[in-house]
Amino acid sequence: MRRAVVTSAATAAGVVLLLSLKPHQSAGNAPMISSGAGAGSDSGSASAATGPGSGTASGSGAGGATGTVSSPSAAPVPASGGATRKVSGDTVNTRYGPVQVQVTLAGSRITAVDVVKYPTEDRRDREINGNALPVLNQEAISAQSAQIDAVSGATYTSDGYVRSLQSALDRAKG
Amino acid sequence: MLRHAEPVMGTVFSFAVRDPGPGTEPALRRIVERLHRIDAVFSTYRPESDISRLGRGELALADCDPEVRTVLAACREVAAETDGHFTERPGGRLDPSGWVKGWAVEEAAGLLRASGARQYCVSGGGDVQTSGGPWRIGVADPRQPGRLTAVLSGGDLAVATSGTAERGAHILDPHTGRPADGLLSLTLVGAPGTGIARTDAWATAAFAMGPDRALAWAARRPGIEALAVLPDGTKRWTPGLPGHLPPSGPADWQLAASWGQGPLSSALTLPGALSTPSSARIRPCSEASAGDGSSSNSRSRSAWSRR
Repeated sequence: MRRAVVTSAATAAGVVLLLSLKPHQSAGNAPMISSGAGAGSDSGSASAATGPGSGTASGSGAGGATGTVSSPSAAPVPASGGATRKVSGDTVNTRYGPVQVQVTLAGSRITAVDVVKYPTEDRRDREINGNALPVLNQEAISAQSAQIDAVSGATYTSDGYVRSLQSALDRAKG
Repeated sequence: MLRHAEPVMGTVFSFAVRDPGPGTEPALRRIVERLHRIDAVFSTYRPESDISRLGRGELALADCDPEVRTVLAACREVAAETDGHFTERPGGRLDPSGWVKGWAVEEAAGLLRASGARQYCVSGGGDVQTSGGPWRIGVADPRQPGRLTAVLSGGDLAVATSGTAERGAHILDPHTGRPADGLLSLTLVGAPGTGIARTDAWATAAFAMGPDRALAWAARRPGIEALAVLPDGTKRWTPGLPGHLPPSGPADWQLAASWGQGPLSSALTLPGALSTPSSARIRPCSEASAGDGSSSNSRSRSAWSRR
């Protein structure tokens, strides 16, 4: 069950992994962003999310060239076969403080993602950040897997409706 | 689940009722009549509509359908609430459509409720009002037709999106008279009781504001949350928006460290086969790793002050 829960933490953990395990690829001024190669979605991934405090902060670029990653010291703990292992990412300095994440893998599967360092050690802040961690999917979402009831979007015309997700939902039974 | 789709007002209204009763289908017939009546009075595409005639000066306001006066008053309220980023005369021509469509959704929802339904979802061309629930509302990805950029979940939601994906850059900034182009889409989630009419009109106004002003404006409105998609695909949202995400869910959401605007908030995905849809959650570790030396940092506190 635990495995089932987390195999899917992939995308987020991928954030961590890509940040932590491939720092050499983003050395210099390469952006910290990597699109999901082979994931079949072309564009949605190369975007920076700007969450809390939005509207007040100055523009954040797409994460690149901000020099916020510490030295690429993350090294996977040696794994024996498909055994469980833990990989700690680099500490990344966000504008709110340092963050470090640890990923637990069983073989190649991610089974857990733990935040081991929060922007602050203050208990309340940690709680808040913990609650806030699940955020928006950065990928475009496959409607088929999203099990939605309706779609909000720019107002379609009658013609546009025919091609819309909403029309597919309206045709669906149940 | 009873579903119905009705082409009207230049778009399609969609209804889903989870608890249909004997009164539901008659209510839907009344709703459809009502929507077509609203269209007949308010359509700017019908030369004979009250709005068209009023706009041409051929009909006095006093001789219009009484709802015209109500609607125009509502438009002026929205204009005042949004620092003039909404107008019933975009480009100088009388056109209260920015209020009328969401209002029509709200009217339809009210008729469903009056019929006894408590579990329903009404969409007017992409502006959604739900009752009961939870319902799962996808937010269209403005760059990829047929895909979603987020999924929101909850009961009694009003979700409205303004954007360019379907009709191009058609929203004018009343202050400049030019099409607003700072956003691809702007989605607002209404506070309970706000209703889809106001939420929709506010979304239109917020779109005209551009991303910075829109997010700041929405953040000041209690209970209103916003999700903005910028022309480069970047997403930004108000601090409370994650509260509308499904509590645990399939692949439509996941975790990302996004409490800030730093690199960790960047989006990426893991290449390869690890993307099995399933619930994903992060487990805050009970112990911070030792020796990191990080000190307390008050910046995050202010960043989350609305929580």
